[in-house]
Amino acid sequence: MEATAELKNIALTETHQTLGAKMVPFAGYLMPVSYEGINAEHETVRKGVGVFDVSHMGEFILKGPDALDLIQRVTSNDAAKLIDGKVQYSCLPNDAGGIVDDLLVYRIDEKTYMLVVNASNIDKDWDWIRKFNTANVEMHNISDQTSLLAVQGPKAIDALQPLTEMNLRGMGYYSFAKGKFAGVENVLVSATGYTGAGGFEVYVENANAKKVWDAIFESGKAFGIKPIGLGARDTLRLEMGFCLYGNDIDDTTSPIEAGLGWITKFTKEFTNSAEFKMQKEKGVALKLVGFEMIDRGIPRHGYEITNAAGEKIGHVTSGTQSPSLQKAIGMGYVRTEFAKEGTEIFIPIRDKQLKAKVSKLPFWKG
Amino acid sequence: MNFPDELKYTKEHEWVMVSGNIASVGITEFAQGELGDIVYVDINTQGQSLNAGDVFGTVEAVKTVSDLFMPLSGKIQELNKGLETNPESVNKDPYGNGWMVRIEMSNSSELEGLMNAADYRKMIGVNG
Repeated sequence: MEATAELKNIALTETHQTLGAKMVPFAGYLMPVSYEGINAEHETVRKGVGVFDVSHMGEFILKGPDALDLIQRVTSNDAAKLIDGKVQYSCLPNDAGGIVDDLLVYRIDEKTYMLVVNASNIDKDWDWIRKFNTANVEMHNISDQTSLLAVQGPKAIDALQPLTEMNLRGMGYYSFAKGKFAGVENVLVSATGYTGAGGFEVYVENANAKKVWDAIFESGKAFGIKPIGLGARDTLRLEMGFCLYGNDIDDTTSPIEAGLGWITKFTKEFTNSAEFKMQKEKGVALKLVGFEMIDRGIPRHGYEITNAAGEKIGHVTSGTQSPSLQKAIGMGYVRTEFAKEGTEIFIPIRDKQLKAKVSKLPFWKG
Repeated sequence: MNFPDELKYTKEHEWVMVSGNIASVGITEFAQGELGDIVYVDINTQGQSLNAGDVFGTVEAVKTVSDLFMPLSGKIQELNKGLETNPESVNKDPYGNGWMVRIEMSNSSELEGLMNAADYRKMIGVNG
């Protein structure tokens, strides 16, 4: 593959290859997509503990007395609600009604924030935020120096707590701390994730990534810890109904349509906030819903959604066979009149029109 | 990886086992590995007569979907019903319980166009 030459490597590429990972190009990086198989990896995370290397994700540091103002201007959620050590899910709306990216906002201190963005959007987000940086907030893109390990699953706490004096057991969901971890200073550990299985995300400088990875696997051995690829990350997040940028949300989808009204707060002005406010009050024509297949078949990104008469009413944005539920599930946009739970919809797959029904998210309730 | 010598192979990563006028067909160990966990084998062509190269079904893995192509012209005589409930047999036992269809061949001279195990290994770049 000639494109491989242009791919960026993460710090632990060799480690993954030694572990037998299938590596694929993803968002410009060569990333582990699976090790022993998606279903087995999925189950490891739901029932035990697994480690994803998601070092392709981007991290920006915003620093200065006006950092919060800049974040408030570009993001949809209300970052003024954050206190030190808290994380918030948010999105960057564009001025055409869509979404530049979804992201996490970490408040490190009153004047210092970390934004965690999708790998495929690092440059786009950077340029977008910089456009609004009229008050000279210091911006640092630390993506290339930062490794991110997502240690997920009900036993993640048992694997990680012995490695640090930070109180992980007492750490609330969407909180974080920075400190010594596995003998390495300045590691940021947050009680976040993209799996619905509980656990932590560990941010560490590339130079210490191998040391931290090895310590986590040593400590997690007793709990059956395993490496997990991006394939299982996708099935896990879809069972939770979490949006994936590029699939379920993109430059053309409104956060209100996408069911992200809960991170769209009108306590302040931000990009396109007036339009979103109107959408919230008057309603939207399309809504992102979850659905499960009744007939046998697997929905995929890009398939049409129709009514019983075969007329197009929307399209599928994500779909898979759910390993935990043993049935085919998906998400997609449908006309609002079809968005109610239990509504019968149809997915044409190959030569058949297959029945599905709108269901409540998350699919997986633990 | 295992590619039994007694089988014939296609560019589309299917194997063919001939017994009299009947050809059993499945996908190779290499193909199942590339697809990953297989969750649904969708074949609705039983009883149909199809030409070599025609699509006779589809295999759905967790991440991907892939068409299945007729390695030879003929009539789909039998489907592997076991795959309805155990599609993972294609991963676990691609040359055994993972077989997909039995074809009644209409032109057995087409067999000459298929690869032997050594040529198939060469094509996918697996040595030994």
